[in-house]
Amino acid sequence: MQKTKLIKNKKGMKLETRNTLIGLSFIAPNFIGFFIFILIPVVFSFLLSFAEWDGFNEIKFVGIKNFIRLTKDRVFMASLSQTFTYVIFTVIFTLIAALGLAVLLNQKLKGTNFFRSAVFFPHVASIVAVGVVWNAMFQPQYGPLNEFLRWLGMQNLPGWTASTKWAIPAVIIVSVWKDMGYFMLVYLAALQNVPNSLYEASTIDGASKWQQFWRITLPMITPAHFFVFMMLTINSFKIFSLILVMTEGGPGTSTTMLSYYIYNQSFVAWDFGKASAASMILFVIIATITIIQFRVEKKFNDFM
Amino acid sequence: MQKLQNKKNLVGRGICYVALAFITFITLLPLIWMLSASLKLETDVFTVPIQWIPSNPQWSNYTKIWEKIPLSLFTFNSIKLTVIITIIQLITSSFAAYGFSKCKFRGRDTLFLCYVATIAIPWQVYMLPQYIMMNKMQLIDTHLSIILLQSFVAFGVFLIRQFYVSIPNELLEAARIDGLSEYGIYFRIVLPLTKPALATLTIFSFVNVWNDFMGPMIYFNSTKLKTIQLGIRMFIGQYSAEYGLIMAASVVSLIPVIAVFLAFQRFFIEGVATSGLKG
Repeated sequence: MQKTKLIKNKKGMKLETRNTLIGLSFIAPNFIGFFIFILIPVVFSFLLSFAEWDGFNEIKFVGIKNFIRLTKDRVFMASLSQTFTYVIFTVIFTLIAALGLAVLLNQKLKGTNFFRSAVFFPHVASIVAVGVVWNAMFQPQYGPLNEFLRWLGMQNLPGWTASTKWAIPAVIIVSVWKDMGYFMLVYLAALQNVPNSLYEASTIDGASKWQQFWRITLPMITPAHFFVFMMLTINSFKIFSLILVMTEGGPGTSTTMLSYYIYNQSFVAWDFGKASAASMILFVIIATITIIQFRVEKKFNDFM
Repeated sequence: MQKLQNKKNLVGRGICYVALAFITFITLLPLIWMLSASLKLETDVFTVPIQWIPSNPQWSNYTKIWEKIPLSLFTFNSIKLTVIITIIQLITSSFAAYGFSKCKFRGRDTLFLCYVATIAIPWQVYMLPQYIMMNKMQLIDTHLSIILLQSFVAFGVFLIRQFYVSIPNELLEAARIDGLSEYGIYFRIVLPLTKPALATLTIFSFVNVWNDFMGPMIYFNSTKLKTIQLGIRMFIGQYSAEYGLIMAASVVSLIPVIAVFLAFQRFFIEGVATSGLKG
């Protein structure tokens, strides 16, 4: 396509050709790598989801057979509902924690820098180290967390990662802990852009802090809400490493999330068709959420 | 009245402090526990009540780990990958970001949309085709595979473009009139102006590559290629009961990140805010 344009341009629009060439020359070093190692695989994964292949023999196109096989797979259906449970709770808790922290840190207190760094740090800590520490914390018999709950006088302590019921909550706790600092920074940046005059004016009008929070702060940082919500949702659907280092999808298949299922089908079961079909479903879910989100955001902006 | 207001303010601030201190403490607790356990004998790790400051600190845990597994080799591998990938990312991303923000040509925005779209696509969706491709290129179990896969991710271009967009076009126009070529503008004007952008990307890339676990796990089979994250994972597998040693190894793996984080916090914060707000 680019070539035909160039030939046509040779006649007279030399400047445009030159600009295109210069522009492309800037992009090329990155784009060539991006095209080969990311864009082609993305397209290929789409094709693979409609094919049967074990990686060695010829590729056979089988229509939607892979998707039908998926619906009959108990583990896949379980992973789908578990992923949604995980995503919903992680998004809600992380959002609230991040916003709360940002509001606290925006109070212009002394030592804010220290608190900010401390809360952000888990985000840059490696998942392997984090996973092993939290697994120790969650140890049901003698782990520090249950030790603390016992000290509080609680009975029937949760089995955390050793029980099918408590494993997902355990993973959610670690996710919130790890990600709240990052989104706190996004919120903090947004809060700092809210003009102070709004608060001053409303104070004169007799608004309480609580009213200011609901009527000024929250609405003024709407773009940040949208951004945080979207990034959080996408990130939560991607959860993989944490599952691998904490539970390996277990006990049983109780923490097998979509991405972990895809990994298992790809590199353990070597069922490429099923893996690709599952990844297509993951993609469609995220794409749908993203599109809805953009629609809502646009409507909201028009409304404003 | 004024006095009452001040008093109320003071109480409010006090509550904020207590809340912040409490949350920070809870957040850091697992890390403090890790540090404390790294200095204990395995029999003392789970004693009740928890001994936060070990009475008999086992500093030798920190020397033992280097003997039990080839940790220095793993560290070297991690450093090597981190440096190479970060450099390629920096050069190609900032170059491409200039093309996407300051050069005008047809199809530019469509191309950029492809980049942004892949940020939203989870890696799991295309990790299998990537693996098949690497297999065909016979690059499985080489460092080159991870270098090629991670050097051209869209995030770098996206982040730097965010910074470039804020450079006023009039400035570049003036330079063009003065006869500077696009490359001249890039090297002499844009690059010096956006050093913070490069610093931000360096740090993000460093942390990502250093902490990456899934990529190396899928691609590296030979021990001599493994990175520090895989090393700790291997350690956990082989010495699953020796919590003291596992924690010591984990602390070691965190040190470079802590150091970089403390030194360049400003850029982290700027980076998060930039990629977040103008996106």
